[in-house]
Amino acid sequence: MNFFRQSLTIAAKDLRSEFRTKETLNATISFSIVILLLFSFAFEPTEEEARVLSGGLLWLVFAFAGVLILNRGFARDLPNDCLDALIASPISGPALFFGKTIANFTLLLAVEFICVPVFGIFYDVPWTLQFWPIVTVTVLASWGLCVVGTAFSAMTVNLRLRELMLPMLVYPLMMPSMLAAIKLTGVLVMGQPVSGDLFQWLKLLIGFDVIYTALALALVDIILVG
Amino acid sequence: MIMREKLLYLLSLVAGVLIVWNLYGIFVTVPDEKLQGAVYRIMFFHIPAAVTAGVACGFALAGSVLYLVTRNLTYDALAASVTEVGVTFGFVNLITGMIWARPIWGVWWAWDARLTSMLISLLAYTGYLMLRTAIDDPTTRARICAVMSIFTFPGVIITWKSIEWWRTQHPGPVFQARGGGGFAPEMLQILMLNMLALILFATVLTIIRLRQVETQRELEGLRREAHAI
Repeated sequence: MNFFRQSLTIAAKDLRSEFRTKETLNATISFSIVILLLFSFAFEPTEEEARVLSGGLLWLVFAFAGVLILNRGFARDLPNDCLDALIASPISGPALFFGKTIANFTLLLAVEFICVPVFGIFYDVPWTLQFWPIVTVTVLASWGLCVVGTAFSAMTVNLRLRELMLPMLVYPLMMPSMLAAIKLTGVLVMGQPVSGDLFQWLKLLIGFDVIYTALALALVDIILVG
Repeated sequence: MIMREKLLYLLSLVAGVLIVWNLYGIFVTVPDEKLQGAVYRIMFFHIPAAVTAGVACGFALAGSVLYLVTRNLTYDALAASVTEVGVTFGFVNLITGMIWARPIWGVWWAWDARLTSMLISLLAYTGYLMLRTAIDDPTTRARICAVMSIFTFPGVIITWKSIEWWRTQHPGPVFQARGGGGFAPEMLQILMLNMLALILFATVLTIIRLRQVETQRELEGLRREAHAI
């Protein structure tokens, strides 16, 4: 079985397990919508203000939602020593990690797929003017969040303060990618194309994904096995 | 007194004398800057502190990689010690920068790429130090923290290059080697001497901290042994 088939098997297992219980997905979607509501109560933005704030607002929601999903990434396999069995199984560490990243990425995209239209409705923002560029930025930044987050989820899975440590470690590392995503999303929701200085942010987003995917794949055996 | 101890005292002495000598140069010898007046003198600590923090992060990366290759816990202790010292110098850099920014920019802080990336890197390395306290087993701690240190290092590169990649409120490169306008020779000399002084001072602090971390690990081992008996 090659690397990608092994990864897809792990991803399918995680997604199947999640869709049977829906515990993370339901909690994350509800939590994201609650944050969107809280923002509207806290700032009462006009349509124009909502457009200006959109990048920051959406990515704060996605970052919070992402950590909820990532916290469960490896913790899901802790009961009955399933994680130890997975590590001992004839599947490589990178494939296990990649599969879990794909599963987390799919779940995060599902949450985003619901949150963005809800944001558009609540704040009366026509966000589809630059639809495909927004999708591209969302996919790139979400992959970065999931790759770093899944690696750190593996690192912190056995810690007592797992739920606290994961966001504390992941958010500072995610900042370059989050800043790029916030800048780009803000401009794209305003209906403007990516041009000029914004390409620098797009390059940063792509560079971040490439560097951290490579680093995570290279180091995951050390994290999981030792 | 053993040789290592003597070397430590010698290094401390050289660093101390150099810092006092530089303070005289900074406050008495070099003239005021044409536009900024006297306040620019803080640069003689701001830039060396940043360079020292950057070098410390480089050593933390090297220590972490060497630990993963050799599994020698001394390298992990080196990474931990040098990170603590690096974070301290990083905060010195941020605070001196803020003191300079207040009269020059009119604000203590600006959310530009250099300041933000520096703060983020410091937070990430603070996270590394907190992660160390959350793991009890020394080998697991060394392994996980080495990976964390490697993950954190790209942020240092982003901080270093940020003034070239983005238009920042923070001044662009000043050293001629990085395409900046350069310094007057007497200013450059003091700046370089103070960089040397702070790097020596950081080395002394790292060696002291390294010994403490190693002693702490030995004590933890003995305590576990005692519990086992």
